[in-house]
Amino acid sequence: MMGLMPVDLIILALCIPLFTAVGIYLAGNSPNVREGITLGGSLLLFLTIVALTPHILDGERPSFELIEILPGLKLSFTVEPLGMIFALVAATLWPINSLYSIGYMRSNNERKQTRFYIFFAIALSSVMAIAFAGNLLTLFVFYEVLTLSTYPLVTHAGTEKARNAGRVYLGILISTSIGLLLPAIIWVWYLAGTTDFTAGGILTGHISGPLLTVLAALFIFGIGKAAVMPTHRWLPAAMVAPTPVSALLHAVAVVKAGVFSVVKVVAYIFGLDLLITAPGIEWLLYIACFTVVAASIIALQQDNLKKRLAYSTISQLSYVVMGALILAPLSLIGASLHIAVHAFGKITLFFAAGSIYTASKKTNISQLNGIGRRMPWTMAAFSIGALSMIALPPAAGFLSKWYLLLGASQQQQYIAMAVIVMSTLLNAAYFVPIIYAAFLKPEDPDQLIEHKRDHKEAPLPMVIALTITAAATLLIFIFPGLALELAQAVGVPV
Amino acid sequence: MINEHLPALQVVVPLLAAPICFMIFNNRLSWLFATLVSWLSFAMAILLVMEVRDGTVLHYEFGGWAPPWGIEYKVDILNSYVLLIVTAIAAAVFPYSWKSIQKEIPKSHHRIYLTAMLLCLAGLLGMTITGDAFNLFVLLEISSLSSYTLISLGRDRRALTASFQYLIMGTIGATFILIGIGLLYALTGTLNMADLASRIPALEGSRTLQAAFAFLILGFGLKLAMFPLHLWLPNAYAYAPSAVSAFIGATATKVAIYALLRFLYTIFGSSFSFDYMQVQWLLMPLAIASILFASMVAIFQDGIKRLLAYSSVAQIGYILLGISLVNVTGLTASLLHMFNHALMKGGLFLALGAIAYRVGSTQVKSIAGIGQAMPYTMAAFVVGALSLIGVPLTVGFISKWYLILATLEKGYWPLTVLIIISSLMAVVYTWRIIETAYFQERPAGAAPVTEAPMSLLIPTWIVIFANLYFGINSSLSTDLASRAAIILSGGSLL
Repeated sequence: MMGLMPVDLIILALCIPLFTAVGIYLAGNSPNVREGITLGGSLLLFLTIVALTPHILDGERPSFELIEILPGLKLSFTVEPLGMIFALVAATLWPINSLYSIGYMRSNNERKQTRFYIFFAIALSSVMAIAFAGNLLTLFVFYEVLTLSTYPLVTHAGTEKARNAGRVYLGILISTSIGLLLPAIIWVWYLAGTTDFTAGGILTGHISGPLLTVLAALFIFGIGKAAVMPTHRWLPAAMVAPTPVSALLHAVAVVKAGVFSVVKVVAYIFGLDLLITAPGIEWLLYIACFTVVAASIIALQQDNLKKRLAYSTISQLSYVVMGALILAPLSLIGASLHIAVHAFGKITLFFAAGSIYTASKKTNISQLNGIGRRMPWTMAAFSIGALSMIALPPAAGFLSKWYLLLGASQQQQYIAMAVIVMSTLLNAAYFVPIIYAAFLKPEDPDQLIEHKRDHKEAPLPMVIALTITAAATLLIFIFPGLALELAQAVGVPV
Repeated sequence: MINEHLPALQVVVPLLAAPICFMIFNNRLSWLFATLVSWLSFAMAILLVMEVRDGTVLHYEFGGWAPPWGIEYKVDILNSYVLLIVTAIAAAVFPYSWKSIQKEIPKSHHRIYLTAMLLCLAGLLGMTITGDAFNLFVLLEISSLSSYTLISLGRDRRALTASFQYLIMGTIGATFILIGIGLLYALTGTLNMADLASRIPALEGSRTLQAAFAFLILGFGLKLAMFPLHLWLPNAYAYAPSAVSAFIGATATKVAIYALLRFLYTIFGSSFSFDYMQVQWLLMPLAIASILFASMVAIFQDGIKRLLAYSSVAQIGYILLGISLVNVTGLTASLLHMFNHALMKGGLFLALGAIAYRVGSTQVKSIAGIGQAMPYTMAAFVVGALSLIGVPLTVGFISKWYLILATLEKGYWPLTVLIIISSLMAVVYTWRIIETAYFQERPAGAAPVTEAPMSLLIPTWIVIFANLYFGINSSLSTDLASRAAIILSGGSLL
């Protein structure tokens, strides 16, 4: 990787997943080669992103233009710290998730696995493009590619239920993005004559007063992937997908693309100093606060484990939106950190849910009594992930909440502070009973599913994958240096 | 030598080729000849665009009679651009015809079809290129009569009533146009467009002039299917043979819009049309009505051809909306959309023809499950549908971008909302088709379907590829459209 210019690394990062997709297609008939290509491609991407990181830390902002669609309107890519965080998270988790997928897809005899891996790789390519997008248009284009490429993954089962879920998924994501986000982008172009992401924003002096709030609202609700209520319905619907999809895409890549876009727009299109002058902007913050609490309360009532995790994700995503809308530099750091921190914790939880399903075919929380003794690794990892959600040390979730609280107190947003505290309690309320039941309650023989009566741990690749992510959740807390350094540089001009 | 006569040859070649085509008794030779002529026309249009792109205006005096006594052909950026649209679509439809008409038109009528297509092409090209108002009427009649013939060739018996309905409505329209031109002649004593343009400003208060204006607007309104004068169009498109739907759907209404623009801007002049007659306040409500109404109706259609036909009415609404904004951006958007809509509707109708060739029907329910059986055809259809919706990287996005900018420039933000809503309606009506094709099973007992033959696929994909190419690199279309718009609204043409 040495000797490559940063720009070459960007191009590589965009192309590697695509080439991987082609390779998977060509090797479709021999599963071992196909999975080898997936693993190889994802590791290569990881190395590329790692090689790019020091350049960004040194203050470089490499960029290149792909093509000019209309005069002044380009597809261009620029790497800055926030995109670097997002790309790092996605590129780190893709190889792990691939390992997990192999175990999951094979054990559960899923159909059409080649198609699955191809669209997965395409989705990753668009995630890289979103992370490195140099302007709003590029972001929008790949945001839509991501929606379309994940659709076949959501409807993978091909059943009527999956198809209906797919309709909700596309319906909400496409209608919010075309209906609200695109007009917002054109509006920005009309006002500023550019949509380039620039530290400190590009709209200062072009717009003020209530219209500014309207524009911000168009962005917040137009970015449906951030799942701020009432645009959140697609996320529980997407849970019909196989668990690796829920894990990497609907706990990490897709939803993080949403909140990443929100933070990016706040930091690089509006700028904190401009947005704070918008009248009534705190109401957008309150909607995010409401989402945090309401989604937690709904999560509390879910018995289906994946559904509960989905609502927990909705709640956690709105932390990031809150962090952006508190409009303090410290909370922006918290928001950027939370993108990374939540990813590791939540993917661990999803991995655990998938491995429980694979080993025991259980999907509901009420069936999990005593499962910790049969699946100690899985449930230990689950506990670490849950700690991170609750934000207790030594799990990484503590870091981001700390900065969020600091930022909120700096801006005297007491409602936001109260919400963060309340949500911590709620998180504890819906995760701790699961851990308690798994380890301390006696097993209920009636709850064992027919042919899985004497199940043990899930297949090895899955256990390895969830152990790695759980360990990473702890390691980020102990060594937060890299993530913190990048997060502190978000939105700061070089 | 040849170059000098290009403007005349552009019309004369297809016009003379038509009877020759009828006299070649071998169907295949006749088709080869017609295809060759369509390519020759395309080549001539390209040459003309290259000659006038820098702003020069070509004059051609028929028989050496100097205008305003003789008939004069004039080529400038605007009409060379329309020539390019018409001949490009023709060049794709003619090679496509051979296979398509084998199934849809009885062998005995093949030469009638080819002859009528060439006559229609000649008529449309003549309407576009001529600098003489009465000559425009004559060529309009040539194209109209031949299109009545073409529509009646459809294999469904209802094609005859559709053709008859169009004949009645079209004749009323043509009569209105003739009355309008007659009144202008009575008033000024001239039929040459440039001559008319120089005499009209002095007559501004004349009641006769206003009557002529009203007759012409109504007449062209009928030909271009302006709401509520669009009633002929859905039946005509739905029952015509596939290749005819593709050709007429992509070109005929565009040429009528060109003629309307020519009269509004060049002959009457923008100050008379927009300041004195205030025609924009007639066009705008009708445009809004047609966008909303036709999109709504399209959602509930069971036949895909009818659905696309109603979508065309809505798209014509966009073009009229751009005109009614009376600013350069709006006019650019309209001109761009003429080009872009020709590409997207042409591509969609061609893909649909390939489906009709294999499936034998174009009802939504009859295409259930063909996504796997006809992957390339359906992929083409999906790209065309994305373009219709206005997804970035397709031409549809380019037109929407300009149109939305134009509404923002005027401050008419409710129109921005309208455009967005109708884009979402396009998502709904195209999604029904895509979902049926990909996610429903073939009904039990249905005949097996295979991929369409190459001779249908290649022309379809060329047009679809153009949708992508001009969506990614729009410099040619936007350059021509914006120059033409500037010249038109400056009124300095001809």
